[in-house]
Amino acid sequence: MADTTETPGIAVQSSFAADLLDRFRRSAEYVVIPLLALVFSGILFSIFLLTLGKSPADFFSLVWRGGFGTSFSWQNTLVRSAPFIFTALCVAVPARLGLVIIGGEGALVLGGFAAAAIAIPMVDWAPGFLLLGVMVIAAMLAGGLWIGCVGALRHYRGVNETIASLLMFYIAVSILNFFVEGALRDPSDPNKPSTRPIGSDNMIGAIPGTDVHWGLLTGVVLCGLLYLLMNRTTFGFAAQIAGGNLRAAQAQGLPVGRLVVVSCAIAGACAGLAGFFEVAAIHGKANASLIAGYGFTGILVSFLARHNPLVIIPVAIFLGGIAASGGLIQRRMDLPDATVLVLQGLLFLVILVSETFYGRFAIFRSKGGVL
Amino acid sequence: MSVTQFADPEFRAIGVETLGMTKVFASLTALDDVSIRVTPGSFHALLGENGAGKSTLVKCMMGFYQPTSGTMLVDDSEVEIPNPRAAHACGIGMVYQHFTLVPSLTAAENLVIARADTPAVIDWKSERRALNAFLETTPFKVPLDVQVSSLSAGEKQKLEILKQLYLDQRFLILDEPTSVLTPDEADEVLGLLRGMTEAGELTILMITHKFREVTAYADDVTVLRRGRVVDSGRVQDLSVEEMSRMMIGETEIRESAARVDQPEKALKLELAGLFADDDSELPAIEAISLKIHAGEILGIAGVSGNGQSELIEVLSGQRQPTDGRIFVDKQPYEPERDQMDRFKVFGFSEEPLKNVAVPNMSVAENMAFRTFDKAPISPFKGWLSPPPMRKRARELIAAYRVKTPSTEEPIENLSGGNVQRAILARELSHEVDILIVANPCFGLDFASVAEIRAQIMDQRNKGAAILLVSEDLDEILELADTVAVMSEGRVTYQSPMTETDRATIGHAMAGHH
Ligand SMILES: Nc1ncnc2c1ncn2[C@@H]1O[C@H](COP(=O)(O)OP(=O)(O)OP(=O)(O)O)[C@@H](O)[C@H]1O
Ligand SMILES: [Mg+2]
Repeated sequence: MADTTETPGIAVQSSFAADLLDRFRRSAEYVVIPLLALVFSGILFSIFLLTLGKSPADFFSLVWRGGFGTSFSWQNTLVRSAPFIFTALCVAVPARLGLVIIGGEGALVLGGFAAAAIAIPMVDWAPGFLLLGVMVIAAMLAGGLWIGCVGALRHYRGVNETIASLLMFYIAVSILNFFVEGALRDPSDPNKPSTRPIGSDNMIGAIPGTDVHWGLLTGVVLCGLLYLLMNRTTFGFAAQIAGGNLRAAQAQGLPVGRLVVVSCAIAGACAGLAGFFEVAAIHGKANASLIAGYGFTGILVSFLARHNPLVIIPVAIFLGGIAASGGLIQRRMDLPDATVLVLQGLLFLVILVSETFYGRFAIFRSKGGVL
Repeated sequence: MSVTQFADPEFRAIGVETLGMTKVFASLTALDDVSIRVTPGSFHALLGENGAGKSTLVKCMMGFYQPTSGTMLVDDSEVEIPNPRAAHACGIGMVYQHFTLVPSLTAAENLVIARADTPAVIDWKSERRALNAFLETTPFKVPLDVQVSSLSAGEKQKLEILKQLYLDQRFLILDEPTSVLTPDEADEVLGLLRGMTEAGELTILMITHKFREVTAYADDVTVLRRGRVVDSGRVQDLSVEEMSRMMIGETEIRESAARVDQPEKALKLELAGLFADDDSELPAIEAISLKIHAGEILGIAGVSGNGQSELIEVLSGQRQPTDGRIFVDKQPYEPERDQMDRFKVFGFSEEPLKNVAVPNMSVAENMAFRTFDKAPISPFKGWLSPPPMRKRARELIAAYRVKTPSTEEPIENLSGGNVQRAILARELSHEVDILIVANPCFGLDFASVAEIRAQIMDQRNKGAAILLVSEDLDEILELADTVAVMSEGRVTYQSPMTETDRATIGHAMAGHH
């Protein structure tokens, strides 16, 4: 029985190299499965186009041209991806705790509204940087409190966070409409009920040499920061424990309630920032244009990225490209604008289904892929 | 097994055989060329130390895993088992260590919905008649019309088996079926199964860590070690000594640590009038008051379901008490992280994947739950550094001999016993002042049991105050300095170990006081 030299299996000592290899193999799964899901939804969508009598090849080449083909389309794409990044973070951060927040759109709307509203009394006297600083804070606070409430309801009262955040989106829209059509309506704008503009001098400009506003860069930096928060801080680790097994978190004496509320508040602040950039860089005022569905696309982005903040960046740009090509597709292929929404919906469905395939493929587990 | 038996219409048991079963996970060969033969109508025991590959083998037989190579024969003809449904179709069923019943339904409802062909609209009257007719044919008696959640562990396990019989499975695989049962309940269940195998109605393949059950109930035994069959034979030809040698080879079994006298005994942990409700908001524990001194093991005995798990939950912060206080060193104590660290309170319980671990986090991460917010894993406040975390995990894996392919393996992929070891390593590798443990040896092989009990005794000898809840009276008798008995949520009996005996404690456990 002294066969300690080549014992199958058990005597495998966990060595540094083996651990490294194992980590690499495990991450491969997270690349391959989403890519397969993308391809599969592409095929499904092609079938959909064929039934309409349109050419899938035309469609995808137009998506390429409209989203990524020229430097103009690239800039268009990047402008559209900025809000996707922020609203995706609003999903990704609470997801670490096992929470599914789908009301980021509400925090975006309120954040944008808060930014525009706080600017009204300041526009006449405040210098630009002060105005924008106060607006940022107001937007993040509004969004943070909004989703923070969802977290508190969840933890202290057991209210389902998915439903609560969705319903609170409708409340946020009502709040916006109530003020924009009432007390805060700018009388000088007869067309669309809006708040008073912050003035073109105060608007956030573009990154030099481009038409892309600073929101994109802010979003990228924020993704990096939140990645660190989730993976390199004790806060992120504790959140992962609480999300994975509540009882285990309790047995470790972790402050679960605080983790939930703080994570949700951070998430809401991200969506609030999206609202801020919509107001300060695009519209210059708050009105119904804030409700553009970015919050809902953000859900798709976050799920596609498996709630990993770093992966959110390319995924948001990818979906930004699809969104940017919508106009071109409409003109060239005589398809309604909503066609890209069908594509998005299909993608989302396939991604959700593909979630069930993780851990099913032996190839990501075995040495060198040979069984 | 003769030809005439097959001709007998009552003889319905089937035989199963594996040929050269091999299963490779990552860098680890969990099964290596395993061939076992379970003859029809026999009671076959499968033995092996933690991580030997027992569960993997039966999961391959059930179609949960696909073997890397190897074939399976049912009644001597080769079969493909791509999934559990195929196994069921061949008449092979499995009962797990943990319950799979729906707690909010009644026993009868659980049986009916388990059927693969349950109609969309259930005609309860005729189902009930069919069910009663079926029950006539089995020796298992379970109350059918009460919610499963209010059945005792023994009744639940009987119902699990009944479910398999109701589905007409004639080959039953049992993976550590008795670890949640008291010895009496285990004897009842295994005795009934034994009767059915003798009558030729059933074949049993049972994984167990208890030699007593092997010698009392099994006909044949196969021993696995490190994924290989060491030996296989008739139980009557083997002694317990020989079987344990086969299981662990030449490995030394740790001697049980001697009890060192503790001269001065400072009061360490005091529970003062604790009350708490269970999940359905009925009183679960009432007026629990206990004192535990440094260097003392207080053992709480009792039939499971008498409030022990709620008490453990209150002490570990998983359940809010409705009244009462906890004191450590005479200061009020709340099970929050900073106080756990300050007072050096540690603990672990049975079913770690459910209670104290996060199944999909890695072994390294699970081992860092106590230390992730302290140096060196957290070099400065708030920051977390994975390399020291993995380094520490590698040390603990070596020191506690946890069998895992790597530090990055999700802990749920470890064998049952090795999950327990990993958690133990996390909780015992510190200076411990207070230790709260519940059924620490559930699902462990005998060598590990000896080792863990020795570790608990070590901590006591070093001066820790230990609260040990155990359903295994032998464990309490071996370890405890003081014994308390819980019955219906109250402590009904308490005595120093030197002044009591098994009979007195057993009497108190049965509810006579
Ligand atoms: N899904 C899996 N992925 C990777 N490794 C696994 C998986 N399942 C089991 N293993 C490994 O295979 C080995 C055998 O595990 P198995 O669960 O069969 O042991 P066991 O004999 O049932 O032990 P125990 O008595 O502790 O339950 C273990 O080392 C375990 O880590
Ligand atoms: Mg097992």
